[in-house]
Amino acid sequence: MPGAIELTGVVKRFGEIVAVAGLDLEVPAGVCFGLLGPNGAGKSTTMRLLTAQAIADEGTIRVLGYRLPAESKQARMAMGVVPQLDNLDVELTCRQILGVFSRLYRVPAAERRGAIDRALRIANLEARADTIVKELSGGMRRRLLVARGLIHRPQLVLLDEPTVGLDPQVRQELWSLIDSLRADGVTVLMSTHYIEEAERLADTVAVMSGGRVIAQGTPADLVHTHVGREVLEVYGPAAELSELEQLASSRGWRQRRSGPAIALLGAESLDDAAPQGVRRPANLEDAFVALTGQEIE
Amino acid sequence: MIADPVDSAAEARASALGAGRVGRLEPAAIAGVISRDVVIFKRYWRSTTFSSVVQPVIYLLAFGLGFGSLVKVVGHMSYVQYVATGVVATAVLFSSTFPGMFNTFIRWQFQRTYDALLAAPVDVEELITAEILWVSLRAGVYGLAPLIVGLAFGLTPEPGMLLVAPIGLATGFGFCAFGVLIAGIAKTIDNFNYITSAVLTPMFLVAGTFFPISRLPAGLRTIAKFNPLYHCVQLVRDVSLQSFQVADLLHLGVLLAFGAVVWRLAIWRMRTRLID
Repeated sequence: MPGAIELTGVVKRFGEIVAVAGLDLEVPAGVCFGLLGPNGAGKSTTMRLLTAQAIADEGTIRVLGYRLPAESKQARMAMGVVPQLDNLDVELTCRQILGVFSRLYRVPAAERRGAIDRALRIANLEARADTIVKELSGGMRRRLLVARGLIHRPQLVLLDEPTVGLDPQVRQELWSLIDSLRADGVTVLMSTHYIEEAERLADTVAVMSGGRVIAQGTPADLVHTHVGREVLEVYGPAAELSELEQLASSRGWRQRRSGPAIALLGAESLDDAAPQGVRRPANLEDAFVALTGQEIE
Repeated sequence: MIADPVDSAAEARASALGAGRVGRLEPAAIAGVISRDVVIFKRYWRSTTFSSVVQPVIYLLAFGLGFGSLVKVVGHMSYVQYVATGVVATAVLFSSTFPGMFNTFIRWQFQRTYDALLAAPVDVEELITAEILWVSLRAGVYGLAPLIVGLAFGLTPEPGMLLVAPIGLATGFGFCAFGVLIAGIAKTIDNFNYITSAVLTPMFLVAGTFFPISRLPAGLRTIAKFNPLYHCVQLVRDVSLQSFQVADLLHLGVLLAFGAVVWRLAIWRMRTRLID
């Protein structure tokens, strides 16, 4: 079975800047796939390439079997897009916005009402159906953006930073919404820079940095491959910590600064020389930092 | 919640056609974009209509009544007839170029509406064409306002006036596309001031609206003939006063050619701005 999304050697430049630098990516059908990376890693550009709102300079892109950009319109017919930036018409009601998009997505006239009601139900906006967007809360607006992308029962949904800027409770609501999509067999490609989001939702995570994928696997695989099972966090005065840093480098221990502590990665295989500290299970954040060298929220 | 399998016949046709885009300018896509305009219009029709109708009517009253007390006739027609038919073009110009410039710029840059629409199965070509079509439909209707007001001031109703709406539509199509083109070139929304002062104002004044261009010095007269609005004025006047001439075909041809060229330019320009 071909992948829902296949990118091979994709390059996208903006003048001097190379936003996507030889990206290879294959998203199988039916999974929730997370693109995890710091800001500027090329995630949003990748999303725009998939809707042909950006055209690649090199490489090939196939979405749902269609070649982009030539056949992007057919691909967009079967794909829903939830953008990072809110681009709702603020003066229109939820129902009006969904009505417009049901037409854009060619939902047959007789089915439009049902499709709108269904999208309102999925996004839990039935009570606000006739409220104009301006009067909705941030969380409701985000849910409406998701509903708008689902109006035509797409096979594939692109979610660009779906919960950025939302408070934790609203984030939980959106997570269950995204979870339910996967349960229904929809392929989800989600970009995020929240580790927890990727860990919680994605079957497969691709870590992006500098416009390409630097590691890929299930969250658990990534942690095991790039960190190990355990992390040892050592706290102490600055002088002791810098001594420890030197010791670690001389012994070839993998380490990173973690707030006020030094974290030693793969702590399960450290020898007796290991200092005292707090042992905890390794997580995706450790893997992310180990891979990209960058701290993240 | 999985969609039906993609229509395999359509898929086969698509691959048979090779790389080419299938379904350029699809009516469904254009109707979808226009449906959004209609919903917004239902909310704002009062202010939109007010601004599109009142300004030309003020010109009509000021020139028709004020200037008309000095000038009784122009050629074979009364000055009220002359101005009422001339100001149709003014109404069309303003109710098409301004939405073309401002709506495009605001929806694209500030509201990011076009980003949302282009993520759906809509091409830039369809999006821009739909926006222009909707504005020009409106402009065709708004262009009738000066005629209706003119009727109260002695303009005689003629069957030919029914053609004014389609002429307004054709003219509005070109000028809205011109506005979209400007929006695609402008760096900031303030840039529109240059166009309003240096292009639109002379254009509507030197189009035979208030005085015949034959009164202009030869050089200016020639320039005025390149003004598409002049051809709209002539055409509207001739059909409204039932004085058709062969030259009207030329006027119509100029309007259609202007519309076609600026339409393609607007699409080309907006594509370079909307697609990275």
